Amino acid sequence: MSMKLSDLTNHAGEWLRGSGPMSEVVISSRIRLARNVAGYHFLARCTRGQRSALERKIRDTILESNVAPNMFYVDLESAPEIDRQLLVERHLISKPHAAAEGARGVAVGEHETVSIMINEEDHLRIQVLRSGLQLEEAWDQINKIDDVLEQKLDYCFHPRFGYLTACPTNVGTGIRVSVMLHLPALKLTGEIEKVFRAAKDMRLAVRGLYGEGTEATGDFYQISNQTTLGKSEDEIISDFKHLVIPKIIDYEHHARRTLLNDRTLALDDKVFRALGLLRSARLITSEDTLSFLSHLRLGVNLGRTKDVEVSTINELFLLTQPAHLQKLQGKKLDGDLRRAARADYIRQRLSAA
Amino acid sequence: MLKCDNCNKPATVHLTEIRNGKKIEKHLCEQCAAQNEGVPVKGHTPINELLTNFVMAHSGLQQQKELGTTCEACGITWAEFRQGGLFGCANDYTLFEKDLTPLLQRAHEGATHHVGKVPTRRGGTGVPMKRQVDLAKLRKELQRAVEAEDYERAAKLRDQIKQAEG
Repeated sequence: MSMKLSDLTNHAGEWLRGSGPMSEVVISSRIRLARNVAGYHFLARCTRGQRSALERKIRDTILESNVAPNMFYVDLESAPEIDRQLLVERHLISKPHAAAEGARGVAVGEHETVSIMINEEDHLRIQVLRSGLQLEEAWDQINKIDDVLEQKLDYCFHPRFGYLTACPTNVGTGIRVSVMLHLPALKLTGEIEKVFRAAKDMRLAVRGLYGEGTEATGDFYQISNQTTLGKSEDEIISDFKHLVIPKIIDYEHHARRTLLNDRTLALDDKVFRALGLLRSARLITSEDTLSFLSHLRLGVNLGRTKDVEVSTINELFLLTQPAHLQKLQGKKLDGDLRRAARADYIRQRLSAA
Repeated sequence: MLKCDNCNKPATVHLTEIRNGKKIEKHLCEQCAAQNEGVPVKGHTPINELLTNFVMAHSGLQQQKELGTTCEACGITWAEFRQGGLFGCANDYTLFEKDLTPLLQRAHEGATHHVGKVPTRRGGTGVPMKRQVDLAKLRKELQRAVEAEDYERAAKLRDQIKQAEG
């Protein structure tokens, strides 16, 4: 399995290729479904034995049912910390899933567009990730995967409450629709707060790059639904696709035009400083990297510089993260050694362009 | 060993009740205690919980409150759920339905009923829950039987679980 993981290290997942619809603003579309298997307690009340039995049962079911091409499984109880961190950086598992204890794992397939976490907060957390704005496509795919698994697993389902989840905030459809947006212009013009307020009014959550409780580093924001009961999956997805996301994309485009037309010099200053720093730094933190890459990406999207491909920038967002960097270097790196390795790697990738 | 006042099984639940100034002692087996006195069947119920349940059952107070009901399948109480935010098993949604409803309304824009996908395989029946609860109970009983080294009972329970799983 670690062979498979090392195979992932030197490139970004399919969903980060940066070529999907609206990809200048929308990085990715993600849908996840929370499911629990009937006849077993939820995880908080499972014994070690029950937890292991669940892990085996669900893992075997997934691997036997061919829910996605090229599936592989990572046993997270035995996986080293760096591998777990790598999976978090690639958005294939959540931070709590990486840090938890006991029998648990993740099945990954189809160029990392599918990941199924076993024994996270719920017995199953099925996830489909797509590049750009592709919510309907993601829903079609995850719905089929769910149908296949449902033939083999008895899900906890209640006529009134729907799919039962460990936490009642997920009950009903068990769906979470998340769209990851890159909003550097709204940040630079100071209008991002308006988006937060509008999102709050629409009962949506705004989170950072790595989900709950993380900072919005690199001007990345994940917008997701909080209501899971009383609305159908189609309604939730349709609201996102037709109301929420187009509006935010419009705001961002408007802010980008303002920067381009009225504040050209300030914009170029940000973009070329970022490029200069990334090409010259000898020690660089991952926060600075994300922030400079964000400005560079904005500059490339607005045609201010053609020196770098967007796909290269997208890859660098991922490959300069701590676990990826250490995997690429093939050794554990801390402090200045890690910052130096990061700066070297960025210089090499940006000069070759 | 004392025998149950109602049937002849060994009495494991001993209750003392004061009614009209008269002391009434009751000796019951777990099943009869659960049926007649509202004392839940549970392996190691702490004494204060037993008393609370008993008092609640006789005072006409709604049982399903912070102090009372414990889930038979997973052992969680409403207070424990409120503390951790997570339920212990599927049964909890039915058991705590009344207290849960206002929380759901707050979390889900006033909604209290599921709209959306239904599992195709069993969607028509509408009653899959009972089997699920039964299974969870049977598994718990099996665990207890094994702990008590009652292998005859364990074997029976194992067969029942197999059958229930289909």
